[in-house]
Amino acid sequence: MKARTIYPGNVKGVAIVSHEPIGFYGGIDMKTGVVIEKGHPLEGRSIKGKILVFPYGKGSTVGSYVIYGLKKNGVAPLAIINKETETIVATGVILAAIPCVDGVDIEKIKDGSIVEIKAGEKEAEVKIE
Amino acid sequence: MACIIATMYLTKEQEEMLEGEHGEIISKMTRLLVRLGDIYNAEKMIPVASVQVAGVSYKSIGEPGLEFLQDIAKEARVRVLTFLNPAGMDLEKWKEMGIDENFAKKQLAIIEAFRKMGIIISATCTPYLAGNLPHYKQHIAWSESSAVSFANSVIGARTNREGGPSALAAAITGFTPYYGLHLDENRQPDYIIEVKTQLKYNSDFAALGYYVGKKIKNKIPFFKGIKEADTDQLKALGAAMAASGAVALYHVDGITPEADKISISGLEKIEFGEEELKETYDALNSGEEPDIVIFGCPHASISEIFKIAKILEGRKAKKPFWIVTARATKEMARKIGLEEAIEKAGGKIYADTCMVVSPIENLFKTTGVNSAKAAHYLPGFCKQKVVFNNMEALLK
Repeated sequence: MKARTIYPGNVKGVAIVSHEPIGFYGGIDMKTGVVIEKGHPLEGRSIKGKILVFPYGKGSTVGSYVIYGLKKNGVAPLAIINKETETIVATGVILAAIPCVDGVDIEKIKDGSIVEIKAGEKEAEVKIE
Repeated sequence: MACIIATMYLTKEQEEMLEGEHGEIISKMTRLLVRLGDIYNAEKMIPVASVQVAGVSYKSIGEPGLEFLQDIAKEARVRVLTFLNPAGMDLEKWKEMGIDENFAKKQLAIIEAFRKMGIIISATCTPYLAGNLPHYKQHIAWSESSAVSFANSVIGARTNREGGPSALAAAITGFTPYYGLHLDENRQPDYIIEVKTQLKYNSDFAALGYYVGKKIKNKIPFFKGIKEADTDQLKALGAAMAASGAVALYHVDGITPEADKISISGLEKIEFGEEELKETYDALNSGEEPDIVIFGCPHASISEIFKIAKILEGRKAKKPFWIVTARATKEMARKIGLEEAIEKAGGKIYADTCMVVSPIENLFKTTGVNSAKAAHYLPGFCKQKVVFNNMEALLK
């Protein structure tokens, strides 16, 4: 699948998929990388070292800083795949240097599948194994 | 699903900044702006005359924000005039405000990081009243939705609604991507608002703004039927629209600078009469008796402080009341005897902060305000019940 690069990088890992948007501020614990938003489909699961797949970000703009903090604390996702990256997530992944692509039909990615991302400066490719 | 990126034109200097020749942080900040510009199809970057940085209160940005800002401050300095939004406390009289020690320590560390970057610690949401006044058509990169609205609408400067990090990136690089409200063609109104009632108090303007923002979300309104409005009233109108909606620009027939330069034919109309005014006051009221009355959202101007002092002349307030304002305004109020008058009447003037970004939930349960923006945020951010009314009524 072709995609658009938000932040470049080549990675391969296990997908963790949410079909609900993610609000990082108050939604994910910055120290552990565990989803803490009550009632969220990923509640209680860790995003650390995974390829985090979700449609788009929501909530407070402080979410950008949380993404940065996750990386600093060593609990960030390996990469992010979005349907459409909005400014909160875009700002966060650029500040944190986390590979991120959007323009992807995320329905095609199953939770737990192995996903490979090759994101160049502009265009990207997403492979599902 | 293929996606072609319209990568913008960059000058040689901007390319060098992006490629890291000016250091890692500048590269990161440039990348942020270029990528955001790409998302919004900007064709290039343009220099900005000034920046307003939001995301200052420890209560809003917490540990993630503090750590990020400290990292940035190690290396980066701002390249243009940069002012700062309010903090979570009066930076001098925080003890008197009832702020706890740990919060104060964190807040002062945030301020120190901004100071290190070369930012002017104005700590106000009204930079235009405190020494950062852009001119007509000047390109700026401001965050703080009420200041964005004022600069675009009342002054006719050009800014998008920046977030904290993108404003900081503009301050550090000196540039912003050229899209949105920087372009004349995007400043045309989408709706005509026919105001059919007389707006008397600042809170009436705030109620109008609240009603319209809720209706039109992030669109641009053109107001008809407002005969007169002073700067404080326009400040209240814009702040409310930016809080209940995401309105970043409005025009007022006969009052704002671009109102006679645009076409309004064929636009959908929305009416605002006596009934809508009353309905909005009702919607904004959730409390009965305030424990405290706070004025200054957005930060009080010297004329508002003057007005409050006049209303209270020879009287003593039975309940605590605060005025929150810019340090510059507070200093002026002190010099000309207004602070003394307010204190004599039982009030306090606090600078650098406001009721929305300070942790007042630890102190009060019901707050009286004449600001629709404050009335909108206080229940969620500060767990307050709200009494929304005009200044005169609240001081009775």
